[in-house]
Amino acid sequence: MSLVNIKIEGIAYQVEEGLTILEAARRCGYDIPSLCTFNHGQCSQGSCRVCLVEATGARGLVASCVYPVAEGMEIRISSPKAVKARRVSVELLLSNHNRNCQQCSKNGHCELLNVAQLTGARDGAFKGKKTSTTYDELTPSIVRDTSKCILCGRCVTRCQEAHGNGILGFENRGFETIVAPAGNRSFADSPCLLCGQCVAVCPTGALMEKSEIYKIDEAMAAGKHVIVQTAPAVRASLGEEFDMPIGTPVTGKMVAALKRLGFEKVYDTNFGADLTIMEEAYELLNRIKNGGTLPMITSCSPGWVNYAEYYYGDCLDHLSSCKSPHEMEGAILKSYYAEKNGLDPKDIFVVSIMPCTAKKYEKERPALKTKGLPDVDAVLTTRELGKLIKRSGINFHKLPDKEFDQDLIGLYSGAGVIFGVTGGVMEAALRTAYFALEGKEYGPINFNEVRGFEGVKEATFTLGGKEIKIAVAHGMKNAKPIMEDIRAGKSPYTFIEIMCCPGGCINGGGQSYVRPSLLIDEEVNIIDTYLKRRAHALYLEDERQAYRQSHNNPQIKQLYADYLGEPNSHKAHELLHTTYVKNRERFK
Amino acid sequence: MQKQKLSEAAVKQIIEICDRHANDKTPLMMILSDIQKEYGYVPIEVQELVSEKTGISVAEIYGVVTFYSFFSLKPKGKYVIGCCLGTACYVKGAQQVIDEFCEILGIEPGETTDDGMFTIDALRCIGACGIAPAVTINGTVYPKMKVNQVQEVIDEYRRK
Repeated sequence: MSLVNIKIEGIAYQVEEGLTILEAARRCGYDIPSLCTFNHGQCSQGSCRVCLVEATGARGLVASCVYPVAEGMEIRISSPKAVKARRVSVELLLSNHNRNCQQCSKNGHCELLNVAQLTGARDGAFKGKKTSTTYDELTPSIVRDTSKCILCGRCVTRCQEAHGNGILGFENRGFETIVAPAGNRSFADSPCLLCGQCVAVCPTGALMEKSEIYKIDEAMAAGKHVIVQTAPAVRASLGEEFDMPIGTPVTGKMVAALKRLGFEKVYDTNFGADLTIMEEAYELLNRIKNGGTLPMITSCSPGWVNYAEYYYGDCLDHLSSCKSPHEMEGAILKSYYAEKNGLDPKDIFVVSIMPCTAKKYEKERPALKTKGLPDVDAVLTTRELGKLIKRSGINFHKLPDKEFDQDLIGLYSGAGVIFGVTGGVMEAALRTAYFALEGKEYGPINFNEVRGFEGVKEATFTLGGKEIKIAVAHGMKNAKPIMEDIRAGKSPYTFIEIMCCPGGCINGGGQSYVRPSLLIDEEVNIIDTYLKRRAHALYLEDERQAYRQSHNNPQIKQLYADYLGEPNSHKAHELLHTTYVKNRERFK
Repeated sequence: MQKQKLSEAAVKQIIEICDRHANDKTPLMMILSDIQKEYGYVPIEVQELVSEKTGISVAEIYGVVTFYSFFSLKPKGKYVIGCCLGTACYVKGAQQVIDEFCEILGIEPGETTDDGMFTIDALRCIGACGIAPAVTINGTVYPKMKVNQVQEVIDEYRRK
């Protein structure tokens, strides 16, 4: 690695060759206002002009996000010319922006408002026509409001990067340019997976989750028995809503907050995850034994299920018929729990706190109803929970640690916790499959082969004298080649885990925003390290559990003994399994 | 957006055009250009088919089609009247000429008459500044066009 000598505001620094001015400046302790604080300017074409600086050897001002440093370069961030140019750039962006900031749900996380403050941009500096706008709230998951869009293209890049062929693109030209699914259709009329990765990177309020906080207010006001469950990944991110360092595990405080919010019971979706493993592991073993369709693919990720239905309608037999963990838990709450507590299932209202926007859609699938009642009634993202806690005047930092309710259900194993990270469902399933086939626990407990963030992970295990080849993929770009092999009938695998979001649920579209420009205390490469830190929080919680395998969870055993019989029994099928839509139209 | 089903012949034609450019390094512009010329327009149903054949996302194809004014999402008329509005033509009165075409045909630039006869396109400099203001109709150039000639030109095509 060779170094170059540069000067910033006349002070000499040595930085790595090949860095952009923006990256070099950050390493030297400067923060140039910018809107492309996202994977090393990967998305940026230097078009927003917010990060302009003076640099010797360049004609005029340069966009620091794309302009590389060079030997002897002298950079001026705070010259009057640069300061004014950045301010005008932001004022121009604001001139075509819907500035109803107070009502905007992005307020507090808005990068445009942040650079407006940093550059001293004046409101209404440029008056005139505005681009005609579109407001799309037809899906249960995502709201698109182009009046807030600044055409930065981050959503376009992220969608493509995660899923191969993105569904978002730039349309029209000049002043009429917008970002939209082809034909400016609604997300509801396009093959959108509703994963929310675009929401996760949108710097303004142009892409947001569709809030369901009001549903909880209504259910509580109506005197329903309101139960909340939280997905494993939420605890690894919720702290960020309260400015805690990324990867701070906040399980205890989260439970305490939920109890103060007035929920009758606070359960962990990990119980549902353990149940999923029991059903899924035995489904796999049955398929192997009875010559069922292989490879079998996990079905916990609703974004992935959408993708499969849109693009691989001919391969749906490969999907496990298991419902996702929170749907299983909802079904158990409205049956087993209701019976044991003498409640009418109609009076139970199940709220799921999820790292996911696609779960908002999933809960409304007709096949996820039991006896006409939806298994889950409302889904809130991690971010919405943060808002709900703040709205209720709860000081998250000062909360004592509390334990989840574990009266009838809710006890969970470490295997359930790791569902939130790519490879986690596979590892949890392997722990139980190993026991079922070998008759003893896997000694090292952890299957390190399936951990980490490589796009596709492969491994081979010998279980019960049989060689089992498995694969783990996250992001549909990585799932595609695997699915093509399956379609062509040449897949070498027995069991595959697929998660829609890159990194798994810890990086779900409903998780806290990771905005380097708003996290000035964090390390400069936080965009590369945040996944690892969130994953670490989950692996740590796994290690701390008394039970590490789903089949050893005593309440799961009890549930089968008392109610379900055995995994994949008739009753289990009725409550815990689902069906998929074969010919779902990609475009309506 | 209303979705139309493509006819079997249309599907065949589009697939043939895609296959023609299967070995091109960057085939999209060539494919779209041939479709525009041979099929007459590039509606979204056709773009979906091109996407399936090429693996390029519909969003990207739609972006290209709506960026270049050469492509159109709707069928064009039998006669496409191109009025140059480049600088030279503009200062020589091209705006009045295009306004006259619009007035007589009762459509806006970019639109097609209900009988499918005429489409008016506003063009940016076609490189014929010496004969400004220039109008082209299906490739035939009408130099130094005057407002009072517009009716006559339209009648000429109506008689054809």
